[in-house]
Amino acid sequence: MPEYILVGVFALVGLMFAGAAMIFSRIVAPRFPNQGQKLEAYESGEKPIGSARIQFKIGYYLFALVFLVFDVEAVFFFPTLGVLRSIGEPGGLSISRIAIWAELFFFIGVLVFALVYAWRKKVLEWE
Amino acid sequence: MTPLSITHPLGDWIRQQLPSPFAAIANGLIAVIAIAMLVVVTAIFLVWLERKVCARFQARLGPTRVGPFGLLQPVADAIKLLMKENIRPRTVDQLAYFLAPLLPITGSFLVLIVIPFDHNLQVLDPDAGIVYVTAVSGMGILGVLIGGWGSNNKYSLLGSMRAGAQLFSYELSMVLCMLLIVMASGTASLRNIVLSQQGTILDWWIFKLPVAGLVAFLLFIVSSTAELNRGPLDLSEAEQELTGGFHTEYTGISFSMFFLAEFVNMFAAAGLGATLFLGGFLAPQIGWHPVDQLLAFIPGFIWFAAKAYFLIFLYMWTRWTFPRLRIDHLLSLEWKFLLPASLANLLLAATLVLFKWVIP
Repeated sequence: MPEYILVGVFALVGLMFAGAAMIFSRIVAPRFPNQGQKLEAYESGEKPIGSARIQFKIGYYLFALVFLVFDVEAVFFFPTLGVLRSIGEPGGLSISRIAIWAELFFFIGVLVFALVYAWRKKVLEWE
Repeated sequence: MTPLSITHPLGDWIRQQLPSPFAAIANGLIAVIAIAMLVVVTAIFLVWLERKVCARFQARLGPTRVGPFGLLQPVADAIKLLMKENIRPRTVDQLAYFLAPLLPITGSFLVLIVIPFDHNLQVLDPDAGIVYVTAVSGMGILGVLIGGWGSNNKYSLLGSMRAGAQLFSYELSMVLCMLLIVMASGTASLRNIVLSQQGTILDWWIFKLPVAGLVAFLLFIVSSTAELNRGPLDLSEAEQELTGGFHTEYTGISFSMFFLAEFVNMFAAAGLGATLFLGGFLAPQIGWHPVDQLLAFIPGFIWFAAKAYFLIFLYMWTRWTFPRLRIDHLLSLEWKFLLPASLANLLLAATLVLFKWVIP
């Protein structure tokens, strides 16, 4: 497991890299006192009307649910497809190739069925 | 799994000279410095290249004044961005606003460390390299979503919501294309994937898997363009509709952090594409001995860079050639075309691999 320490180290380095640049810029960048409405949120040059903290229809909510199905499928696929090459070879799994093939088709078929269902239910339309 | 830090001869030499904990730290330091330098140089060079390529596509010259061929233009730009006043709007969410620019660049650091640049030039080679890449590349999405929401600006909110939908949708077909290579090579470690393509050009996965490899490569290019937030699929920052998209409220250096991450991610994605489909650091061989020896004499990292920059040129080419898609068209493209296509392609490849219709 010690190898994965490096992942942590590099996550820190990345954060520090960006953080250092921002701190450095804070030191060298000029500051001009606030005149007028410089600190307002940008809204095409107008005074902003209300805040952006509004009840917002998250258009991708249903997409996210369908996405979840396929992402979990991908996780299942990683180990399954990883050993596909070794099936029937010495040292590999000894399962009938036809059986595996049929199972793969069945598994993906179920997912495609879900996709078609979502499609017919007009889930895959934006807005 | 390779031992801690780089497995370069330099790493071995340091391991002989120093007791083990210090050697590990020294190697780690070298890796950190090397990757940080790579990030900076790549970003600077790609900014220059993008401007030059864009200019040529529009029959202009691009930057010419600062340095030879305008090469120092991005350096001047970087200095300018550093010296800009940091304007933080009154209404932003402080924590989210500060955190957001840090995340995308961290994500690109984490992707870069597993990419094999040469035979011995890879910081870390996890057995589940592909899974790792898909996991850490999600950090960019987080940065965009947090930044867009934290800005408290309607344009930013819209931009980040679109980005959310776009980025995770296209992740699907990208993962399926990478899975195809995992299946064909029987390993998820990036280094072993490269080594599984040893031989002539026809042994690269793009050609070795008949039809399926080429289709997967094309799907990978399209979906990674969307993942990188680049035109024609850069909906989250469509200037004409959303001013700046999620980074509307960011100025100076915090804006350039998003910008930097975008370019470094482009290099990382191109490197990934080269590793998976084009034989990574391996020299292309044609099967005629004298030429092959000559080609193999050129160091691996040059081959890697050549392949990666070829893909980067493809990204730039599409960006400056095609008009931007509309958001509903973009999502239809993924869900109604790319996803079914990559599933069908996966099944085709599974059939090929299972019944040994691949050149072994």
